[in-house]
Amino acid sequence: MSEAQLKNLGAERSRSLEEIFEQRIANDQKIEPKDWMPEKYRKTHIRQISQHAHSEIVGMLPEGNWITRAPSLRRKVALLAKVQDEAGHGLYLYSACETLGISRNELYEQLHSGKAKYSSIFNYPTVTWADMGAIGWLVDGAAIINQVPLCNTSYGPYARAMIRVCKEESFHQRQGFEIMMTLCNGTEVQKQMAQDALNRWWWPSLMMLGPTDAESVHTAQSMKWKLKRKTNDELRQQFIDQTVPQADILGLTVPDPDLKWNEETGHYDFGEIDWDEFWQVVKGHGPCNKERMNARVGAWEEGTWVRDAAMAYAEKQQIKKENSAKAV
Amino acid sequence: MKTTLYNYILELADNCLIAGQRLGELCGHGPSLETDIACTNISLDLFGQTRSYFQYAADIKGEGATEDSIAFLRYEREYKNVLLVEQPNRDFAYTVARQYLFDVFHLLLLEKLQFSQDMTLSAIAKKSIKEVSYHVRFTGDWIKRLGDGTEESYAKMQAAIDGLWTYTNELFEVTEDAKVLAEEGIAIDVSTLKDAYYEKVTSLLEEATLTVPESNYFQKGGKAGIHTEHMGYLLADMQYMQRAYPNMKW
Repeated sequence: MSEAQLKNLGAERSRSLEEIFEQRIANDQKIEPKDWMPEKYRKTHIRQISQHAHSEIVGMLPEGNWITRAPSLRRKVALLAKVQDEAGHGLYLYSACETLGISRNELYEQLHSGKAKYSSIFNYPTVTWADMGAIGWLVDGAAIINQVPLCNTSYGPYARAMIRVCKEESFHQRQGFEIMMTLCNGTEVQKQMAQDALNRWWWPSLMMLGPTDAESVHTAQSMKWKLKRKTNDELRQQFIDQTVPQADILGLTVPDPDLKWNEETGHYDFGEIDWDEFWQVVKGHGPCNKERMNARVGAWEEGTWVRDAAMAYAEKQQIKKENSAKAV
Repeated sequence: MKTTLYNYILELADNCLIAGQRLGELCGHGPSLETDIACTNISLDLFGQTRSYFQYAADIKGEGATEDSIAFLRYEREYKNVLLVEQPNRDFAYTVARQYLFDVFHLLLLEKLQFSQDMTLSAIAKKSIKEVSYHVRFTGDWIKRLGDGTEESYAKMQAAIDGLWTYTNELFEVTEDAKVLAEEGIAIDVSTLKDAYYEKVTSLLEEATLTVPESNYFQKGGKAGIHTEHMGYLLADMQYMQRAYPNMKW
């Protein structure tokens, strides 16, 4: 075969691979780690899954901040279990990401260098106990809206990880709502604490659903690959429609003077999001960005000697095992 | 109220409470995701055990006492945990050493306590044995990894063991309350656990290529409510919400 013929054949083969791939996605078949996939699909998934994993890990910090101060043993135990679940979610997601041919250490490196992002919400401080309720109720609530569609996403390992993640997240959300409920049924001071938490977490939670459709650079491609089923704005509307009645049940006021039920559309109309604040936080200049990164990088660097020791020990044990096998 | 039994329950539970509190501080700051999960898990187990003990103690105390009033509303001089468990997380070696030195004792204690004539204590012990067997395996494995790992980890592990050794002997001190209840087959005479304890610990330290400290100078006081200076800060943190917002439901 001539070089030109070979080239042709190669192009034909990759075209047909691409066609098979797209056909499979169209048929709702899962893509598995050993299957052929376009490089862009692989990269997009590494970006999204790792960003998700990093969010779980950084997300341990704002809640971990209240473990030692939780007001009752019952709440302390629930909070510990929740943060432990989050670490577990981080683990599944890093594993899912590793099936795409990147190592966990590389992923950490991207997080620590600031190359990879994590959810902007975790750059807000947890200043009172009520924030544990607001995070569960609002932040986990918004996360679920984002994540439930991912249980059906085209990449198998991610979809399977999300099934487990979503189950635990809904449990956390109920727990968060229950904390808010207890505060709202409590004393005047507790109720104020709950209202203050809602005031501080409402807008950042809406921002979790991402920039508006007009600004979102990845939406079109992600919809094609079923990484996304609805646009950011649709998901945000769904979150608001679902959450406002819950605020009513709590007897709390959503901090948006423009929020109003719209009979015609069957949705809530709401006020303008402060996108300058969103971009400021995303670019690394939110209230806690530096502290969160310092905590993560600090833990990693201070832990180096521990990880080195574990490696050295494992090697020694391996050598011992080989030597005793030889002796037999 | 059965004061003796109440006091004895505090003696058992305060160790779990304070050890759990120390581990809880580390959440999100560990050397790896796996150790983070493990430390949180152990902390969670210990708080679970604390709740079982304090619910029982609250029943005995009456007068509207709850697991939370017992956990959060005592003064520093009323906590009966041993000094060992209140020691700070100076580094991962300290954390692991503190927990291991407690876990070995804890497991030996529970293995006896499951046969207590007090059915509630016996039931709590039976449930806790499963958890504490896991704790001792985790911390013991890490002592070996760090002791027999690199030069640096060896030095840090040895320093932690040397630093904490002085608090081990208090584990075997028998309080008046325990003595009375031991005669009724309810409490455990912890002095009987001492030989088995040092044997276990010594053998693991040797396996980890570490040196067993030879010091005969020991500290005590925790069981009598005389704590180290670390304890006040720990309690200020732990009790903050209940002190700042008294008499509320959370």
